[in-house]
Amino acid sequence: MNPILRTFGLAALGALVFIAIGLVVPAWFLFTMTKAVGFGLVALGLVGLLRGGLLSFGQGLYYCGGAYVSGLMANWAGVTDMIVLLSVGCIAGGLIAALVSPLVARYRGIFFAMLTMALSMVAYGVLTKIAAIGGSDGFNVPKPTLLGYHLAETGFGLYAIAVVIAALAAAVCRVHFDSGLGLIASAARENELRIEYLGASVFSVSTRSFILAGGLAGLGGTLNGVALGHVDPFFSYWTTSGEMVFIAILGGYASVTAVFGTALVTELVRSFSGQYFPESWQMLLGIFLLLVIVFLPRGVGSMWAKPAKNHAIRSIKEPAT
Amino acid sequence: MRNFVKFGGLLAALIAGTSTAAAKDTFKVGIVTFLSGQAAQSFGVPAANGAKLLVKKLNAGEVPAPYNTPGMGGMQIEAVLIDEAGGATVQVQEYRNLVQREKVDVVIGYVGSGDCLAVAPVAEELKTFTILYDCGTPRIFEDADYQYVFRTAATATQDNVGLVRYLKALGVDIKTYAGIHQDYAWGHDSWVDFKAAMGRIYPEATVAAELFPAFGAGQYGTEISALMQRRADVIHSSLWGGDLQSFILQGLPRGLFRQAQVALSTADHVLPPLGNNMPEGVIIGARGSYGYMAPESALNTWWDAAYREAYDNVVPVQGPYRMAQALLGLKSAVEKAMKENGGVKPSSEQLSAAMTGLSWESPAGLIEMTNGKGHQAIQSIGFGRTQKDKDGNIVLGDILHFDARCVNPPADKKSIEWIEAGFPGADCD
Repeated sequence: MNPILRTFGLAALGALVFIAIGLVVPAWFLFTMTKAVGFGLVALGLVGLLRGGLLSFGQGLYYCGGAYVSGLMANWAGVTDMIVLLSVGCIAGGLIAALVSPLVARYRGIFFAMLTMALSMVAYGVLTKIAAIGGSDGFNVPKPTLLGYHLAETGFGLYAIAVVIAALAAAVCRVHFDSGLGLIASAARENELRIEYLGASVFSVSTRSFILAGGLAGLGGTLNGVALGHVDPFFSYWTTSGEMVFIAILGGYASVTAVFGTALVTELVRSFSGQYFPESWQMLLGIFLLLVIVFLPRGVGSMWAKPAKNHAIRSIKEPAT
Repeated sequence: MRNFVKFGGLLAALIAGTSTAAAKDTFKVGIVTFLSGQAAQSFGVPAANGAKLLVKKLNAGEVPAPYNTPGMGGMQIEAVLIDEAGGATVQVQEYRNLVQREKVDVVIGYVGSGDCLAVAPVAEELKTFTILYDCGTPRIFEDADYQYVFRTAATATQDNVGLVRYLKALGVDIKTYAGIHQDYAWGHDSWVDFKAAMGRIYPEATVAAELFPAFGAGQYGTEISALMQRRADVIHSSLWGGDLQSFILQGLPRGLFRQAQVALSTADHVLPPLGNNMPEGVIIGARGSYGYMAPESALNTWWDAAYREAYDNVVPVQGPYRMAQALLGLKSAVEKAMKENGGVKPSSEQLSAAMTGLSWESPAGLIEMTNGKGHQAIQSIGFGRTQKDKDGNIVLGDILHFDARCVNPPADKKSIEWIEAGFPGADCD
């Protein structure tokens, strides 16, 4: 069977299973899962960057960009259709990333991380100063609709949309990561010089991953802005970006589905520890992160998605046997 | 894979463990305030301490009349405390968890205006009675109507209108004035209100400088130099918490507080930590008749003593007072609703009906839900000026109170329009 068709088939099956799960779980859990998808989408973009050896600490910028553009469109133009809002948010995130990419795609490592973070903090600073769109308090986003229908108050409609988006994004990323273009990114992580000698451009590889990550972040921002009903400059704050990096690292880059799981688990751990230990929840969250890093150093995704053949690890093991 | 199964099992247990049904005779209140981050020390933790204390005393029936019946309408209060840190995104989610997972009967919370703005529509969607106990922005009830959302403290308008009236009452001569505020909505809104009020009460005075250092800047050397160079008669500031303490400690050795009359709109909470490091002659607001400026009453005497006894003789500042007025308002509303529904636990609709337009006594005086169609409180406000007592300790003197209707807009007016129109309908006797 065609591997691309197989991937999309699996994604469709997964989406159906999760929509069915959505019919039985309590309302608060639906909302938490919806929000986890929003974060997971951003983390998925980070996974794409991580595969190419890039770590962005500023995905909040594209997340915030998507949320603001779609939120303002809903407020000012009265467009509340989720399909339109999600498309607009995704394009907004991708466009901002495309504008930024010529500048940042030339950098690597800590310089790349710091530069992306600086840009997101510039956006944070500017947004807090614009009183017309609420300044640091942000603004509320009206209730979403789908093809003219109001989404149910239970949150199931939005959850179903989130699941479909997540499945679609995961499938697209899987296909992209396994394609020639996607594999060059992984090769660039191992040896940039060799990639250039082979005739590929590391710059355009980085740019592509960066714009993809921007688009996914815009999608996630739109979804969360609508789900929360409120958008504020905190979306672009560095701690928001940091949270997404955590989710991506916890998930690892072996799997395209792990990030959604780790986003959900992070949300649940934070929420429950926040409720039962309101004065020490940060410590519990920290212990949880440490445990995952110590026992699953290659991310939660490494539990089910074994990387095809990892030469670096094999070459270390071989002399021992 | 085995790890994964274990992981799933743990999660399932976690989710299942939370669906414990609430007992019949308890009234479950979600309380949300800052327990970590910059606003924790100044506002959140004192308010949470106040809540814990008052809930204990209410349950034991030890609060003076008219609150001397146990719990709320006989039901024991069960408080669920949540940290407000993490921004509006996290708060919307935690609000949903409180209502849908923890099945709380009501939620009291939110210091941050952004959190209040974000949570209010969700409260409406989930049809859950919610009290915003602290946040200052007038936008909440001026921009929208809510059925289930109430705010039991006055907006930030009175802080700055009251401050200008206090300057006038003290007879401070003002030709120029300057402002230093944090660069976020609270700082900008405070300065807009203050400038508008100055324009009406001191129409001749001009602005010498407006400075907006970043939130949490901590270093104010440049700003202090700028302020000292401009030589304004009055320096107005809405700084709070660690930022305000830094500003005071850095301005003190440079003589800033001798050169100009400094007027701080929300500074009562830095008096306990600063103690005698606080300069003399600084005007202090508390966002209400709180702490050092609280009116004399049996209720306040009891509250002040109970708080000091529970928390190492620390003076209760605005946080605990605002929490107390929310909890006592809730108790009044619950008991009023139960009188009307035959004594069963009231629904959110019955509570909303009971709370609309309600007024009740708090340690800080009478709280009246007159504005925002009966959803927004007004209250009296006090101001004072620091001075040394005979032992050389810093205390507050020149304490004056302004009536709620003197510093708050009438029910049908938006705050800023009311100030700019010259306070029509203000009753200052």
